[in-house]
Amino acid sequence: MRRFFFTLLAMWMLAGSALANEAAPLAADPVLEARMTRITAELRCLVCQNQTIADSNADLAVDLRRQVREMLRKGDDDAKIIQYMTDRYGDFVLYRPPVKATTMLLWFGPALMLLFGFGALAVVMRRRARAAANQFEPDDPALFADPHQS
Amino acid sequence: MMKSLRYILPLLAFLVLAGFLARGLNLDPREVPSPLIGKPAPSFALTRLDDPATTFKRDDMLGKVWMLNVWASWCVACREEHPLLVEFSKRGLVPLYGLNYKDKRPDGQGWLARFGNPYNASLFDDDGRVGIDFGVYGVPETFLIDKQGVIRLKHIGPLTPDVIRERIEPMLKKLNA
Amino acid sequence: MIPEIGHFALWLALGVALMLSVIPIMGAARGRGDWMAIARPAATLQFVLVAFAFGCLVAAFVGNDFSVLYVATNSNTSLPTHYRVAAVWGGHEGSMLLWLLMLTGWAFAVARFSKHLPAPVLARILSVMGWLSVGFLLFLLLTSNPFDRLANPPLDGRDLNPLLQDPGMVFHPPMLYMGYVGLSVAFSFAVAALIGGNLDTTWARWTRPWTTVAWIFLTIGIAMGSGWAYYELGWGGWWFWDPVENASFMPWLVATALIHSLAVTEKRGSFKSWTVLLAILAFSLSLLGTFLVRSGVLSSVHAFATDPKRGLFILGFLVLVIGASLALYAWRAPSVGLGARFEWVSRETFLLANNVLLMAACGAVLLGTLYPLLLDALGMGKISVGPPYFDTVFVPLMAPLIFLIGVGPLARWKQAELPQLARRLRWAFGAAIVAALLVSWLRGHLGIVSTLGLAMAFWIVAALATDLADRLRPNGIVKTSVLHRARQIPRAMVGMMVAHLGLAVFIFGVTMVKSGEVERDVKMAVGDTTEVLGYTFTFRGVQSLPGPNYRAAQGTIAVTRDGKPVTTLHPEKRNFPVTGAVMTEAAIDAGFTRDLYVSLGEPLDGGTWIVRVYVKPFIDWIWGGCLMMAFGGFLAATDRRYRAKVRQTQAADAKVVA
Repeated sequence: MRRFFFTLLAMWMLAGSALANEAAPLAADPVLEARMTRITAELRCLVCQNQTIADSNADLAVDLRRQVREMLRKGDDDAKIIQYMTDRYGDFVLYRPPVKATTMLLWFGPALMLLFGFGALAVVMRRRARAAANQFEPDDPALFADPHQS
Repeated sequence: MMKSLRYILPLLAFLVLAGFLARGLNLDPREVPSPLIGKPAPSFALTRLDDPATTFKRDDMLGKVWMLNVWASWCVACREEHPLLVEFSKRGLVPLYGLNYKDKRPDGQGWLARFGNPYNASLFDDDGRVGIDFGVYGVPETFLIDKQGVIRLKHIGPLTPDVIRERIEPMLKKLNA
Repeated sequence: MIPEIGHFALWLALGVALMLSVIPIMGAARGRGDWMAIARPAATLQFVLVAFAFGCLVAAFVGNDFSVLYVATNSNTSLPTHYRVAAVWGGHEGSMLLWLLMLTGWAFAVARFSKHLPAPVLARILSVMGWLSVGFLLFLLLTSNPFDRLANPPLDGRDLNPLLQDPGMVFHPPMLYMGYVGLSVAFSFAVAALIGGNLDTTWARWTRPWTTVAWIFLTIGIAMGSGWAYYELGWGGWWFWDPVENASFMPWLVATALIHSLAVTEKRGSFKSWTVLLAILAFSLSLLGTFLVRSGVLSSVHAFATDPKRGLFILGFLVLVIGASLALYAWRAPSVGLGARFEWVSRETFLLANNVLLMAACGAVLLGTLYPLLLDALGMGKISVGPPYFDTVFVPLMAPLIFLIGVGPLARWKQAELPQLARRLRWAFGAAIVAALLVSWLRGHLGIVSTLGLAMAFWIVAALATDLADRLRPNGIVKTSVLHRARQIPRAMVGMMVAHLGLAVFIFGVTMVKSGEVERDVKMAVGDTTEVLGYTFTFRGVQSLPGPNYRAAQGTIAVTRDGKPVTTLHPEKRNFPVTGAVMTEAAIDAGFTRDLYVSLGEPLDGGTWIVRVYVKPFIDWIWGGCLMMAFGGFLAATDRRYRAKVRQTQAADAKVVA
């Protein structure tokens, strides 16, 4: 009798754990969803304007995410989807500014600043090298007595 | 002199920056200009709000200048501009059509019954796809489309008497000429 | 009554500030000791008055005085008391009063802790700070009065934005403002020195601790803002390159460059005019940040409710202060001396390169932040510049900088030898690469970017270890213990090491999180589980809970690993009846090696909920690294030579008097 009850209990527990499910992913197709998230993470939500279309809960963002999913299912590539967005909303919707004539300064600016900075440094060093010794201050002996010059 | 010249660079750079900032005070960073101005209106085929059996297509309006106003019964700002639209439509300057955006038929019809119907017809865009094609991101928005079906003007936000007088009427004169 | 008294106190403060701005500096020009002596008491009185006014505003909030317009817009009777205090700086007017409080506070501190400064120098510095106070007081009183009354006071206020009803709101703005405003001290020291013509190593030694302390506050303030966004906003991000975030980051970059530049100017007398320019630029960027947030020029989630008239006033103030100081710089800097000589390869040039890289980084952030405005103003269209731009541009600028962090401290002043440096550091370099590859391989994640990030972090540590080993190595004939030699290392040097180590910790955290975090969006019914990176999350249901001024749906999620329980998380969705807002409160289990982050999405039918689960490896190392950097700064600022100088001066004064 006892064995019967224990077996019943064991079966019941097993049945219970079979009922505890692996939670279903929210998206029907996680791979597609990941691609959609990657693309929409670089698009600006035009309603709230300070969130990406991937993150926003605004109606328009939900609609646009649905639109992107459909386009991905149809087989459209990233470039086509970006084009779709900019055709309707302009470059403003892109968080990654396109590289065009008007944004050349933006994309190459930092490199130019760096070159300018190091260039200026070189010019200053050369000017100092040419200056006479009496234009400089004398070295502090205490500093040079310290082996680590801390 | 050259030596002192380079020390003035930071000041000059700052003044240029300040100039841009001053200009920026008069601009609205949130306004999204439409890339569709000067391009053909996206083609669409939608049912009428009041008659699900009748379809209205973009090409139906070729040869005429017309105005498309995007509205919804859930839109608070649309209530603001609605009396103005009713008045404007009475003047008969341009055929006025509505795009009922992401709404429910009974709600949309009820709203028009309550507040007046300035539109020749309203088109029912329940999932908002046509709105997206038009680059709609906020309601209300108003478009002017010319005889060739090209979008010539977009106004974002509720219409005001100033906007009608200073932007819409001159454009209508130009398009009808 | 109290608001009126507070308002009056501000007008009095303006009067005092005007006196502070004019009399001491004229006294310094004319050698009038009695005029210069006004500086200290005026700075003190100014602070007392503004603090009193601030107290009145706090009283109005805590007492729920909704006849004051600002209180009515930002508070509510159901708001808990500590948030009523935080609400004081929840809107534009109150946050400006906080700015002013900090400004007068710093001026008071300078007046209090500068017995070693000669009277004319102190007089000029405090007068400059007085000009700043005058500007802000005028702005407050003329355009942004927090004490304005409402003719018909409402029964209850509009409530503080629920996003701000959080401990972060209590600490983040004050910390940040302490940093922003603290840079005004370095600014004032620089401008005063340009006016007085006393730009020398002494000036650098005086300026350094003030700058470091401001930098510490700014570091903590920015880190807090990032941490707050992480746990408050519900989707696990911690930095968005939002214009307002950038507005705080740019002064930080320049302040970092300034700290390093001051080191050279203090030790060797070189870079004087460059250091002065940096001091002016750092505070200028603070002011620019204030403008950007309040003028409506840029779209940002942080921006205050805007008014173009205010924007114009701030811009005018900006042009006056920055324009005048840069004009002063253009006039006076050419006559500043060259300092001591140094070679092409030396610690000086490494630090100069550090400055070039930091300034280029700051320039890149400024360019990206303002570019949309630039194009729009020129009528060339409207674009957005977001994280994809900044991430692409910023990291390549940082890599060489991080390389220099390893080399700089080992280089000698005036003249160093590249072959010798390379020989000393080759072990560290090799170790960093090997360690990075090893860790990448062990993680199963061999991406180039993440391996590079790890290599950068390990490089800093390895180079630091090399430097430390050199210092602890026995040298000379006299026998000393390792501990003794360790104690010989100046506290400022220890501070540098800790701060650099903090940066390595930060880089490690960022690299591990960005390359290793996992996000999962699932539908969960009661009993459902999902497994992420070895952790099992079980959904136990949602119950309704009341809060002080909201109603919450609280979820329960049990977390186990290898069958052993780890923690139970309670994410919430809160409904605030007054504003109608809905807030997502994520539940986070913070750990040394990872954060477990769960937030509730939308409820579906039948008690099922959408749940978002993240496992974020080493993310707390990001803020831990920032805190280490701040601590390193603290060690550097409290080095004995700053305290010793005070003692020496006091001893010398005592000798003179005797």
